[in-house]
Amino acid sequence: MNKIVAKEYLSERVVKFEVEAPLIAKSRKAGHFVIVRVGKKGERVPYTIASADIKKGTITLVVQRVGKSSEKLCSLEPGEYITDMVGPLGKATHIENFGTVVCAGGGVGVAPMLPIIEAMKKAGNRVISVLAARTKELVILEEQVRQYSDEVVIMTDDGSYGEKGLITDGVENVIKREKVDLCVTIGPAIMMKFVSKLTEKYDVPTVASLNTIMVDGTGMCGACRVTVGGGTKFVCIDGPEFDAHKVDFDEMLMRLKAYN
Amino acid sequence: MSEYLKAERAVAWREELRKSMKNKDRIAIPRVVMPEVDPDIRSHNYDEVNLGLTEEMAVKESHRCLDCVDPTCISGCPVEINIPKFIKNIERGEFLEAAKTLKETSALPAVCGRVCPQERQCENSCFYTQKLKKEPVAIGHLERFAADFERNSGNISIPEIAPSNGIKVAAIGSGPAGLAFAGDMVKLGYDVTVFEALHELGGVLRYGIPEFRLPNDIVDVEIDGLKKMGVKFETNCIVGKTISQEDLKEAGFKGIFVGSGAGLPNFMNIPGENLIGIMSCNEYLTRVNLMDAGDPDSDTPVYKGKKVAVIGGGNTAMDAVRTARRLGAERAVIVYRRSEVEMPARIEEIKHAKEEGIEFYTLHNPLRYEGDERGRVQKMLLQRMELGEPDQSGRRRPVPVEGATEWMEVDEVIVSVGVSPNPLIPQSFSGLEITSWGTIVVNNDTMQTADDFIFAGGDIVRGGATVILAMGDGRRAAKSMHEHLSK
Repeated sequence: MNKIVAKEYLSERVVKFEVEAPLIAKSRKAGHFVIVRVGKKGERVPYTIASADIKKGTITLVVQRVGKSSEKLCSLEPGEYITDMVGPLGKATHIENFGTVVCAGGGVGVAPMLPIIEAMKKAGNRVISVLAARTKELVILEEQVRQYSDEVVIMTDDGSYGEKGLITDGVENVIKREKVDLCVTIGPAIMMKFVSKLTEKYDVPTVASLNTIMVDGTGMCGACRVTVGGGTKFVCIDGPEFDAHKVDFDEMLMRLKAYN
Repeated sequence: MSEYLKAERAVAWREELRKSMKNKDRIAIPRVVMPEVDPDIRSHNYDEVNLGLTEEMAVKESHRCLDCVDPTCISGCPVEINIPKFIKNIERGEFLEAAKTLKETSALPAVCGRVCPQERQCENSCFYTQKLKKEPVAIGHLERFAADFERNSGNISIPEIAPSNGIKVAAIGSGPAGLAFAGDMVKLGYDVTVFEALHELGGVLRYGIPEFRLPNDIVDVEIDGLKKMGVKFETNCIVGKTISQEDLKEAGFKGIFVGSGAGLPNFMNIPGENLIGIMSCNEYLTRVNLMDAGDPDSDTPVYKGKKVAVIGGGNTAMDAVRTARRLGAERAVIVYRRSEVEMPARIEEIKHAKEEGIEFYTLHNPLRYEGDERGRVQKMLLQRMELGEPDQSGRRRPVPVEGATEWMEVDEVIVSVGVSPNPLIPQSFSGLEITSWGTIVVNNDTMQTADDFIFAGGDIVRGGATVILAMGDGRRAAKSMHEHLSK
């Protein structure tokens, strides 16, 4: 059982939790995720670890209320416990000094992007973060992102904050302006698909963190399988990050609707 | 025969029982038939199919056992249960003593009595099978009877435990191998911790084998027994991820047993296999057994197809197809590339499946799948097969019959074509020798790996095998780790 020590609303539907998990805090790296279950009838759901505090023995999760299980999690208050939490899972992000890295995060995807932005910066990269949201209220973690970014571009669909336009517009402006060595993208599958299409056009190597349906998260079942470069991969153990230009996003988008 | 078994056989009450009835009369008793729930009823619920023997039935069956001078049945059991001793205890009505006998060597008798393929192990080595060409003594049914009797009596015995030696040892994985290892080590006085990645204990006993074959309550009771003996369990802890090999050493563990199993499902890699509605047997059974997805109150969803095909012929395929039936499939079909003779599933499971209306499409193999505009599987193209020459496994190799293909309409497909070793430990541990199959190399006598601190057993060493072989490995590893640590 993992105790919730703090809870904060980042936007109306996005909640940030700090949860006691000393072992996970100690061993996690950027890109890792956990599987969480709330209640005895609860399902197992993956969430990326947004940050960790080894001294306090806590990890931070950012959760968007989208369905039954995330509602259940978001209803928990400080002092209450998460029934089960296991991790860190997946492969850590490959971090090195690439040169200039564009980190393109959409919606709640900015949360799992945060540790990658931090690690990329610490590895000596020039980091340009492009954050996108539907509207101003849904832009999250801007301050933390700024802390580790050389430049932050904010895009909103309605132009209520930053520039008006889609994430791809923001990324394209950067690519046209200067040499980009790597793009990392996390967000809704449809968004990652279009970022990938764009960077492919400009020949910018791109990594996407995939968010498929999962059950165990340890490679046991294949619910999370995707086609990468023509072969089947399991997101939970082979990923969650893959060469975006090799991912069959259409198949992934289709499979995400399995239980809708 | 060992001196121990000889001495046990020579005790007065066994002598007396042997004299009480002529062997000729014992042999004349027909094997008692295990009562079962009617197929029409049971195919609509998850209740256990086999009802178990009544006391009267068990005592009657126990009279068939000849208490042989050379009990070959024992060598047919991977954990070498003293079979005649427990059966003769049933014959004299000492059912709790029978249960105690089982626990001398088996950590999970109620489980093994239910899921072991006795027809290939103890019962295959029974004097009746070997010499009399008659139906063997129902050792499995009697084992189950004794274990169930003890559980229901509320009088569960705890095996004798040696004084604590304060030495910490760890088991990775709470499946049958890890549980057997833990049971033996705790009896020897070790401080045992079992680390489990999932949120519940039991490995395949929990997420794999369905309620109608092995109720979870029974797994719980057996694990509770280990807890009472002092075994500690840590769920939601993945060794290699949550904690490392070094962490375990630092925490003072003097030996590690790896029983992480073969949980990685194989797919066939044929076109359309990633369509919605096609999944591994592991995913399907985990959703239903571990996550209780058949219950409308559970948050975990599961596909409930009307036309379900399960690809494969093993026990897991039978479990999946019978589960699909219980979830409301109108048509549930086994598709297997060889003939029924070559099926690796237990004969009893094949029989039960057939009684429950499962169709058997043997000598067929899927070539590809097609779906609708939403990506949901609609049909599969099957290749007709015939049997050719025997392959390395000794089974006749299935060969495609040229041009003989047909479409089958399906709305759910469960792929049950085997599993591979779980890669977590091989990937995250240093100092192990790993085969190209991903299994851990051990000395077959000692179960010791290339790192003399680490032992391994069960499916992570064997690839997909059986519950009882995993338990046998766990016991052997315990014995040799004890010898190693006592040096």
